[in-house]
Amino acid sequence: MRNTLLIARRELAGYFATPVAVVFIVIFLVLQGALTFSVGNFFQRGQANLVAFFNFIPWVLLLLVPALTMRLWAEERRLGTVELLLTLPVTETEAVLGKFLAGWAFCIIALALTFPFVITVNLLGSPDNGVIAASYLGAILVAGAYLAIGGAASAATKNQVIAFVLALAACFLFAAASSQMVTDFLSTQVPALAATALKLGVLARFQTFMRGVIPARDLIYFASLIGFWLFANVIILEHTKAA
Amino acid sequence: MDALIEIERLTRRFGDFTAVDNVSFRVARGDVLGFLGPNGAGKSTTMRMLAGFMPPSAGRARICGHDVQSDPLAARRLLGFLPEGAPTYPDMTVGAFLRFVAAIRGFRGAERTERIDHAVALTSLGTVMLQPVETLSKGFKRRVGLAQALLHDPPVLVLDEPTDGLDPNQKHEVRTLIARMAPDKAIVISTHILEEVDAVCSRAIIIANGRVVADAPPAKLALLHPSGRLEDVFRQITAPPQPVTQAA
Repeated sequence: MRNTLLIARRELAGYFATPVAVVFIVIFLVLQGALTFSVGNFFQRGQANLVAFFNFIPWVLLLLVPALTMRLWAEERRLGTVELLLTLPVTETEAVLGKFLAGWAFCIIALALTFPFVITVNLLGSPDNGVIAASYLGAILVAGAYLAIGGAASAATKNQVIAFVLALAACFLFAAASSQMVTDFLSTQVPALAATALKLGVLARFQTFMRGVIPARDLIYFASLIGFWLFANVIILEHTKAA
Repeated sequence: MDALIEIERLTRRFGDFTAVDNVSFRVARGDVLGFLGPNGAGKSTTMRMLAGFMPPSAGRARICGHDVQSDPLAARRLLGFLPEGAPTYPDMTVGAFLRFVAAIRGFRGAERTERIDHAVALTSLGTVMLQPVETLSKGFKRRVGLAQALLHDPPVLVLDEPTDGLDPNQKHEVRTLIARMAPDKAIVISTHILEEVDAVCSRAIIIANGRVVADAPPAKLALLHPSGRLEDVFRQITAPPQPVTQAA
């Protein structure tokens, strides 16, 4: 646990030592702002909620989180630092968890910086702040799921571009699995898969959070999804680290 | 005396290619083993397996009796390892990097500061503590890697080309440092510089095509060639069987 936190702290400091942190946060905020106000018609809706804001969160994170995770292991392997890190008295699991926690903490910081939206909507009307809090929790869990998937993708390759594309594709599968378009298609073509896809998809789960509900089964879903991909990350790392 | 490093029939294959073939040796406290061989002979691969980073295809390696595969954490605590190319995190400062490694090694508070100060003094890094590693010269980077390996004063040191990229003065300093630490430790260094073997090693192993082809004290090894020079012995043992002679 101590080692995990030490690695997480080093990793998080690494984000801020390079322009990665600033670029990520600025692009994230600009994209979210632009989408909420222009495409999401925040003002025209005339409703005191952040639905216009949260609708875009899974898609903006889908684009940006793989950019965050692509370097996690790919860069360590390219620089050779993975050899240093994994010959220190730390286990692979501690290292994987540490990197994941750093990415998650960073995403939480980026999400926290969207607080002006919350202030704005509270000034304009009286929104249900419980619903907003639940939506934020959902967004944090979506970010965690993408991070876990992206970390495993990064462990699979030395090449950051490949890591990015792999992570984007895998995250997209999980994001889109429960979307209307996919489930409609599957229920006419392969009905057996439609129910599974709906259950596996991230979007449908996130939408329950956006309605202000925090069901235990959705928490379990996110915990299992993250747990599975972190486990996959450890296994992939053990096989590829020295290759 | 008990061997601190025990390598038994260590083998590593990459597909059809056997990079390390049945290598066995033991290193006792007080020994400095020079690990020699042409590029691609399997030196770094052997060291990676010894450090527990790369799982061997066959055979085993033990550090102070701990198998590096089945008991990796205990083995790594007793090991100081400088990987090939002395990798360090480029955007960390030297100080931050050493503090990170010291914390992972389990040192806190005053002891941590003391350990870092000691390692920094040994490797003369005092002037660059606040500089990001990526801004340093090759020689400084190598010494940062060395400082990291010495931090916890381990009984076993495995150093892959510790003097590569250093200037003659720094090379001399590192050799003196190794010689000074030698009595209390088992040390393995790989190198291309044969004079280094003469200067610091109590024993030399020459490896070619993944196999150990010679294992003796440097002075004895030198006798294998009529000229009595290590360089000629090295060439005689490791050169391809039919060297192509070219007219100038």
